[in-house]
Amino acid sequence: MTLLAPTGSGQPPPAPPAARSGRRRLLPYLLLLPGAAWLLIFFGVPLVQLAAASLYDPSGSLSTGYAMTWAVSNYPDVLQAYWPQFLRSFGYAGLALVLALLLGYPLAYAIAQKAGRWNNLLLVCVVAPMFTSFLVRTLAWKTILSDNGALVGLLRDVHLLAPDGRLLATPFAVVLGLTYNFLPFLVLPLYASLERLDHRLLEAATDLYASPVQAFRRVTLPLSMPGLVAGTLLFFIPASGDYINAELLGTPNEYMIGNVIDSAFLVRLDYPQGAALSFLLMAAILAVVFGYLRRAGTEEVV
Amino acid sequence: MARETPAGDLRLANLTKRFGVFTAVDDLSLTIGQGSFFALLGASGCGKTTTLRMIAGLEEPTSGQVLLGDRDITRLRPYKRPVNTVFQSYALFPHLSIFENVAFGLRRRGIRSVDDEVTRMLSLVQLDGYGNRRPAQLSGGQQQRVALARALINRPQVLLLDEPLGALDLKLRRQMQIELKRIQTEVGITFVHVTHDQEEAMTMADTVAVMNAGRIEQLGAPADIYEFPATAFVANFLGQSNLLAGEATGVGGGDVAVTAHGTRFSVPAGRSRAEHGPVHLGVRPEKLILVGSADQVPAGHQHVTGIVTDASYVGVSTQYLVRTGWGTELSVFAANSGTSARVAVGSEAVAYWDPRHAFLLPRDAADTDRTSPVLDEPVGASS
Repeated sequence: MTLLAPTGSGQPPPAPPAARSGRRRLLPYLLLLPGAAWLLIFFGVPLVQLAAASLYDPSGSLSTGYAMTWAVSNYPDVLQAYWPQFLRSFGYAGLALVLALLLGYPLAYAIAQKAGRWNNLLLVCVVAPMFTSFLVRTLAWKTILSDNGALVGLLRDVHLLAPDGRLLATPFAVVLGLTYNFLPFLVLPLYASLERLDHRLLEAATDLYASPVQAFRRVTLPLSMPGLVAGTLLFFIPASGDYINAELLGTPNEYMIGNVIDSAFLVRLDYPQGAALSFLLMAAILAVVFGYLRRAGTEEVV
Repeated sequence: MARETPAGDLRLANLTKRFGVFTAVDDLSLTIGQGSFFALLGASGCGKTTTLRMIAGLEEPTSGQVLLGDRDITRLRPYKRPVNTVFQSYALFPHLSIFENVAFGLRRRGIRSVDDEVTRMLSLVQLDGYGNRRPAQLSGGQQQRVALARALINRPQVLLLDEPLGALDLKLRRQMQIELKRIQTEVGITFVHVTHDQEEAMTMADTVAVMNAGRIEQLGAPADIYEFPATAFVANFLGQSNLLAGEATGVGGGDVAVTAHGTRFSVPAGRSRAEHGPVHLGVRPEKLILVGSADQVPAGHQHVTGIVTDASYVGVSTQYLVRTGWGTELSVFAANSGTSARVAVGSEAVAYWDPRHAFLLPRDAADTDRTSPVLDEPVGASS
């Protein structure tokens, strides 16, 4: 009994070491499987499909069908036709990002460092708008900025706006909408890194002759870099591909590349063009992101 | 290495700090001489760190003044004060290299060529070659030395140390105490050191101020405070004391006569802080000598009789507890010098002392005997 006790207790004997370590080695892949399958089916396959579509013969149509002619010329063609929308997308997204930083950094800092017991409530306030649909919120802005709304009336009365001036259907409205809609994506990561900032480091900086401005530049800002990098990316990427704000708050003069892709697929039914534009947008965003990470340092995102 | 500019003494005048209804520092006035090593000693919550933060400018006094020489720096922003701090948590900048941490103060003051200075400072704290590392890659003792170098490089008129050795283990702490003292002698800057560790304060400081409840209980050279404490609090916070409650009955022939627990004792008038009324008669445990019977007590000495209830052998000495006839336990330290035999627990013993080693303190009428528990560190030492 004494010698056999471990195996005699009704449990199966331990597997030989080789088999166990083999199973262990497999485990991570098994855990990866559902996610990988999901990505493959819903991202990989459509991506290949889209890449193929971008090379279809541009003279085809949905009714006559598309011929695969490896029409690489689709790319220069769409760029030629829609470069203003491309530039506008990045211009508006960049402008909105600057505004969002001016609003969001102090906001995140205040919630993380100064709000004390109010900090959870304030965080909920930042996130709460997300409980309603993106569309509804943008439509609300349409009402707020409308020509006979209170805001326009007030601005006209104080002569900040010409008597026939308007807010809706201007670049201002689109940039405002972008800033508003994506602000939480910037604030939340920033909050997370500012919340970890040790207040004593700021005291030490002040003790070592750093004025408040210097202390911010040399201590607070570098230590909030991870949140800043993550937040700006989370803001900029969806903002530059957005089409809802330009659609609802702007006019065709404010259309961004997202609107063009939207209409290529859903209105004009020009699949090769839509696909080529999508790929160009993806490439442009990747280029911007990599350029940015190179400057900011990749170690900051992880 | 010392700065040529005249620094002058650091003076605190009627400094008070209140947080709501709580008074952290209560009408504190003291002068810290230029170039001295000054220790503020007290249990946690006694106001010593608040005092330090007011000198640094990190806390604004409710009232009173901080003066450096004849300059009033009370309202000066911290980054404009010629004062630097070594923080308890070190507060090293995690995103900067050791080199940049040390150079931080110089750079903020617009000094361009910092290399020589930083290298010199790193070698002063014996961290040559560590410049490229990050704070997280250093041990606690090394981080402590970086914090010291980072403050010292600015050659402040006053260096503030907020329990800088608290996070280190005992051996490293002893080593750093000697190191700090060496550096202070070398650079000649005024050091104000806040600590709850009485041994640390006594080892390093020229002058020690014992703080309690926002006030200074006693200020003086470590040996003076130890040998002749001003209050019962000091007597028990700085080392240990046996305090017997008694009544002083006046001076006669240079001695103050005291009656305690039915026995008459005397203390030289020069070692008495009260001559009438309720007093504490104090004797340090190491000043008590244990013998077997009263006839072994030499002439001119005074004694109490009791029973040994505990003996702890701690290497350099044996610490005895002796219960007197009226129930108080006295603490007696006998050096293990090999000259006297150890006394067995349970046996009757006589503890005697030279009256010149005793001291007399005024006592609240309600206060009874006080004996410090046998501890390595004073009560409340953990902060």
